[in-house]
Amino acid sequence: MTTARARIALAAGRAAGWASRATGRGAGTQVSGRVMLGIDPQLLSEVVGTRRVALVSATNGKTTTTRLLAEAVRAGGASVATNHTGANMPAGIAAALAREPGAEIAIVEVDERWLAKVIDPLGAELLVLGNLTRDQLDRMGEVSAIAEQWREVCSTHPDVRVVANASDPHVVWAAEPANPTWIALGAPWRGDAATCPRCAALLTWSADRFDCPRCGFAQPDTPHRLDPDALVLGGERIPLHLSLPGSWNRMNAALALATAVLHFKVPIGRAVAGISGVDVISGRFSTRRLPDGREARVLLAKNPAGWTEVLRWLAGRDAGVVLAVNAHLADGRDPSWLWDVPYELLRGVPVAASGERALDVAVRLDYAGVECFVEPDPLVAAARLPGAVDIIASYTQFTHLTKRSW
Amino acid sequence: MVSRASAVRVGLVFPELLGTYGDRGNAVVLVERCRRRGIDAELVEVAAGAPIPDSLDVYLLGGGEDDSQVMAAAGMRESSAAIERAQHSGAVILAVCAGFQLLGHRYEARGGEQLDGLGLVDMTTAAGPSRLIGEVVVEPDPSLRIPTLSGFENHGGRTRLGPDEHPLGRVLAGGGNGVGGVDGVLRERIIGTYLHGPVLPRNPALADLLLTWVLGRDLEPVDDRLPDELRSLRVAAATATGWRARVRDFKLNRG
Repeated sequence: MTTARARIALAAGRAAGWASRATGRGAGTQVSGRVMLGIDPQLLSEVVGTRRVALVSATNGKTTTTRLLAEAVRAGGASVATNHTGANMPAGIAAALAREPGAEIAIVEVDERWLAKVIDPLGAELLVLGNLTRDQLDRMGEVSAIAEQWREVCSTHPDVRVVANASDPHVVWAAEPANPTWIALGAPWRGDAATCPRCAALLTWSADRFDCPRCGFAQPDTPHRLDPDALVLGGERIPLHLSLPGSWNRMNAALALATAVLHFKVPIGRAVAGISGVDVISGRFSTRRLPDGREARVLLAKNPAGWTEVLRWLAGRDAGVVLAVNAHLADGRDPSWLWDVPYELLRGVPVAASGERALDVAVRLDYAGVECFVEPDPLVAAARLPGAVDIIASYTQFTHLTKRSW
Repeated sequence: MVSRASAVRVGLVFPELLGTYGDRGNAVVLVERCRRRGIDAELVEVAAGAPIPDSLDVYLLGGGEDDSQVMAAAGMRESSAAIERAQHSGAVILAVCAGFQLLGHRYEARGGEQLDGLGLVDMTTAAGPSRLIGEVVVEPDPSLRIPTLSGFENHGGRTRLGPDEHPLGRVLAGGGNGVGGVDGVLRERIIGTYLHGPVLPRNPALADLLLTWVLGRDLEPVDDRLPDELRSLRVAAATATGWRARVRDFKLNRG
């Protein structure tokens, strides 16, 4: 039950967040979390109560995986509370859980760096760990530091169960001490996993696994994996038909389904039915109508791994593309990752460079041999492109686009 | 060097290890700027673990995470004879961030361990008390006759140059080497810097300077309106003061 102190803490935290944004001091999420927990240090444990709690974290796909897992568990008949908008720091988590006090199970998305701090207050029984790649290096720090934090969490919480991606060396290193349920999701992006997390030697990669030739650290064997055409759980092959686009969402869905079935014991048929109709996640992948009546699809891409997956998907479509990039705190203030994304895939496609860092994008595209025009406003840019349009946006561009009227 | 029959070989050294901050862009820019002038050029990736050949014209060393830097340092020490041979026959080195630190005698790794670098430059790097993160503006050594440099830094190193070494330039905004108000190092055919961005896409004149060192002649201009505009914008943003700086910080910190 929520105490009076907890209610005051929630209200004061929201006010502090608003004040922080209004005065330009910050994004508001961190300060509101600090104020909330300062007034009521037990806030998280109070709002969560005695519910069963699963935490979902990853660099990419955590909002989608959280939503799909919540839907799959709901399809199994349980009531679920979740921070479905992607507010994944203590303030957002506390607010989301307080809104749904009656739900039996809490499926909570957690920012990578906050996992260690919220696991005890929330009394989590399960961690779902997706992937760790480079993201906002100016703010997040290097990938290996987050993997070490997670590993510490897994080492010090022997009672917490873990479902983890066996194909990601950083995740394997982090989750290994917990003896997790592994699922091999595949590793389309290997750019941030060149060296062994245990001994720093160069990893060798084959088509479907990694090995360290020096210390023996390797991809764990598991009967659960994602094949190109189906999810394999134990001996069973389950065809995946999703409304969400792209191979990256198949990986998110596979992780969510494996967790729902293997941990929450949801019958597979029900779990699949629960997620297959999901087509918009917190504004991601939504289709909006431009003022002239044409449709534009909005996709979020935050880091080289995410952009690369989105571009591979775009290359097979016949649509104009707006690349809208900002470099605020929440985007990462250093857009140099643009040079690690294979924009060459867009050659021959009508492209607009957009966002506050439109010039950084335009210079990158110019050297990639992609013709483009520069228009900082993504909607104006979309209107200038012919035919169907996809808008790929960095985080603050994306949140702005989902809020403003078109 | 005199006129050449073969293609300009731009070497990207250990991109899996020294490619964390987009520094591959430096190689893309050098190759493309050659091609736009009708000069044959190829990008040669030296995979981590492979020996570094002595036949490259440009050696690009980028930034990397701590563990990767340790692996890269080991690989480069194994190939140090090849790098020195190449340097004596006129090759050019551009080393950024972790790669820059590896040019010196020693650098301090995470945990305080002292690791050997290549020793090509008289310098050492210590771990600083904080990370230097943000936009950097550097006024390059006047002898280079190139305009103000723009970049982004993200490192914890404090690099001290020996008494006979010259920095790449004076820091107008940001941290650079973190010692003495300067950034990088400038030697004959060697440039070291903490500037990512990456540095060459943001500073086309620096890219062309490296190419003139390789080719031994001046280059005809190419259309640099976009990168010039980008560079001016970044320099203006980084050196803004007073209310302009407050507006900038408000925008940057907005959620």
